[in-house]
Amino acid sequence: MLASFSALDTPGAGAVSRRDFVRLCTMAAAAVGLGPLAAERFLEAAERGLKPSVIWLQFQECTGCTESLLRPTHPGVADLILDLISLDYHETLFAAAGHQAEAARKQAMQAHAGKYVCIVEGAIPTKENGIYCMIGGRTAIDILQDVAGKAGAVIAIGSCASWGGIPSADPNPTGAVGAHEILKGQTVVNIPGCPANPYNLLGTVLQYATYGTLPALDAQGRPKFAYGSTIHEHCPRRAHFDAGRFAEKFGDEGHRLGYCLYKLGCKGPVTHANCSVQHFGEVVDAWPIGIGHPCFGCTEQAVAFRVPLHTTVDIERPTPPDTYPPIHATQGGVSPIATGVAGAIVGALVGGGYVASKKLSAGPADDEVAQKKPEV
Amino acid sequence: MTPHATPVGGRLWTPSVQLLSGILGISLIVMLWRFVFGLGATTALNDGYPLGLWIAFDVVTGTALACGGYGVAILVYVLNKGRYHPMVRPALLTSALGYTLAAIGVNLDLGRWYLVWKVPLYFWHWNFNSALLEVALCIMAYMVVLWIELSPAFFEKFQDSPIGSLRRVSRAALPILEKASLWIIALGLLLPTMHQSSLGTLMLLAGARLHPLWNTPILPLLFLISCVSMGYAMVVFESAFSSIAFKRTPEIKMLAGLAGAMVPILYVFAALRFADLAWRGRLGLLFAGDGRSVLAALEFVLFLAPTVMLATRARRHDLGNLVRAAMVMMFAGALYRFDTYLVAFTPGAHWSYFPSVQEILVTLGLVSVELIAYILIVKTFPILAGHPAAAERQAV
Repeated sequence: MLASFSALDTPGAGAVSRRDFVRLCTMAAAAVGLGPLAAERFLEAAERGLKPSVIWLQFQECTGCTESLLRPTHPGVADLILDLISLDYHETLFAAAGHQAEAARKQAMQAHAGKYVCIVEGAIPTKENGIYCMIGGRTAIDILQDVAGKAGAVIAIGSCASWGGIPSADPNPTGAVGAHEILKGQTVVNIPGCPANPYNLLGTVLQYATYGTLPALDAQGRPKFAYGSTIHEHCPRRAHFDAGRFAEKFGDEGHRLGYCLYKLGCKGPVTHANCSVQHFGEVVDAWPIGIGHPCFGCTEQAVAFRVPLHTTVDIERPTPPDTYPPIHATQGGVSPIATGVAGAIVGALVGGGYVASKKLSAGPADDEVAQKKPEV
Repeated sequence: MTPHATPVGGRLWTPSVQLLSGILGISLIVMLWRFVFGLGATTALNDGYPLGLWIAFDVVTGTALACGGYGVAILVYVLNKGRYHPMVRPALLTSALGYTLAAIGVNLDLGRWYLVWKVPLYFWHWNFNSALLEVALCIMAYMVVLWIELSPAFFEKFQDSPIGSLRRVSRAALPILEKASLWIIALGLLLPTMHQSSLGTLMLLAGARLHPLWNTPILPLLFLISCVSMGYAMVVFESAFSSIAFKRTPEIKMLAGLAGAMVPILYVFAALRFADLAWRGRLGLLFAGDGRSVLAALEFVLFLAPTVMLATRARRHDLGNLVRAAMVMMFAGALYRFDTYLVAFTPGAHWSYFPSVQEILVTLGLVSVELIAYILIVKTFPILAGHPAAAERQAV
């Protein structure tokens, strides 16, 4: 029924070595920040055949996220991925079609009810009751609610599933929204990106499959391990930014020398993602800034497809400090005594002033006030 | 100048003066320690935070609180509200003392203080593009102008002095000062306008190191407006407390009038700052929920609270309420200055600053010497108007 993409039934056999397999597990574990022990757990689970069942839904999307997962430069990695997870429903990868495919989905949902991972790719249209995206006569809203409702974990991959992405760009003709807008009250892990980095997905899925937990999420439902810091913080061109060396035009000398792309509209300073440390497709520098194009902020709802490509973003602190604190000397501190003294003085001023003003309101007729010592 | 001003009189070495002298004594030891062993040994200053409590409080907040003289001068001489004239002298005294202490504070903050005598002499080495130079020169010049503006009070006392020479000098000086008063007053209005706004310019120069909630091209204007509100508040505060301390009838009508004038100033400040934040798309930062957004919001609350406290005529005529509003106003301005100079300023990661005990002690000592000088001067010289109320125990 399912397309058998897996060239290997057991890791270590066939075209891909066990070494490659271990390496993939280690990278996925490192991506989620779980450490080398977790990689062994992933491996053991995979070897015992305990692969997490994954139902992959596709709505208003371009299949870019799937492509980025399945078409890395290394041949065979797609196979490895399919050895780690049991992809039970995926429209792009299916050999089956029509009722056959729908039946496969239902079967997987029954077999792994409450345990399978539901991955959503693409935005969900809400206008006109969601008629702009229908599969097998059902709207995307209906399918998503059905599949996600019985899932153990829901992961939205890509910017479209995270908040609407390109389909939701102004004027948003179909009323496209992210999965979490439909699944109110359910935890949805958002892995935005256009496309999302496959390692962030793989790490999240494997963590859920092995430990039954989800990674810590930020306010927008993004795993903190990947979206906790900005591109700018770990950008390989950061030194050029700090030194004030900028590419002014595409193809100018600065651009060719690999200078900072901020003035060309790079959104790195406001974009939370790990692209600058976890490149795509295991190829060094395979990511926008690496190939000389400004980051366009694909993981940020407020930036991607909203702020024009070459508009520069506001940065709170565009220049490096004049001085850096010395490494070994003290960099200033707060003495508890000084804090206490300062607090006591402020307290005395506020308290004393209030009490005195109360007496003023009462009128200085009584002796106590009249005999008050000169304070001023 | 002020016909009704009379010396308060009475004992000089009172318990409060004794207490303040004690604090001053401790502070003098710390100052000596600082001048001998240097800034590093006594302060918490570092390369990231070269401006600390002495600048943020003694100079930036202190001179703003001392803008009563400036504010009252605008009222009396520019807006021609002659009925506030009795307030000019006490306001000028507070201002003169405040600026003198700021001048001392600046010198305390100089690493090589023993070379400061070169500054006025080697004027061809001055950097005329420096905001810091402008502030320093203006503060020194204004301090001199303030003492000249105030000098008739001293000469009025000395013209009846038993010492012949003092008497002659006083009698000669008074008519000259009378003639020159227009120019002195004009200078006294120009100089604070220049340097109070330059105090804002100074932090504008910090550029990206200043948090966006405070970093705005209108920072000099905001500093100028808030110094007027702080100056008025100080006049109200000082006048009310003088009336208690020296048992005099509070000039409640005049203070209430002044309070009415403060409300629009506070509105203008808050509106300008809010509009600027909105115009620059930074209002969201006000609700970011971090420490600085809370402080900026608190500043808005403190600047607007007195407008409510002083909204009605009855509230403006309640002396206690008036003093509370003045205190909130002073605190608002002080917080705005502390935030701009210390909290909103980030020289880079890992630098931190909190004043040391020695710095706090020196500041306390400077405030003490100001209070001592104020008490001694108003008791000896004709500064305060109004009449002693102790005999009749008049109700407010």
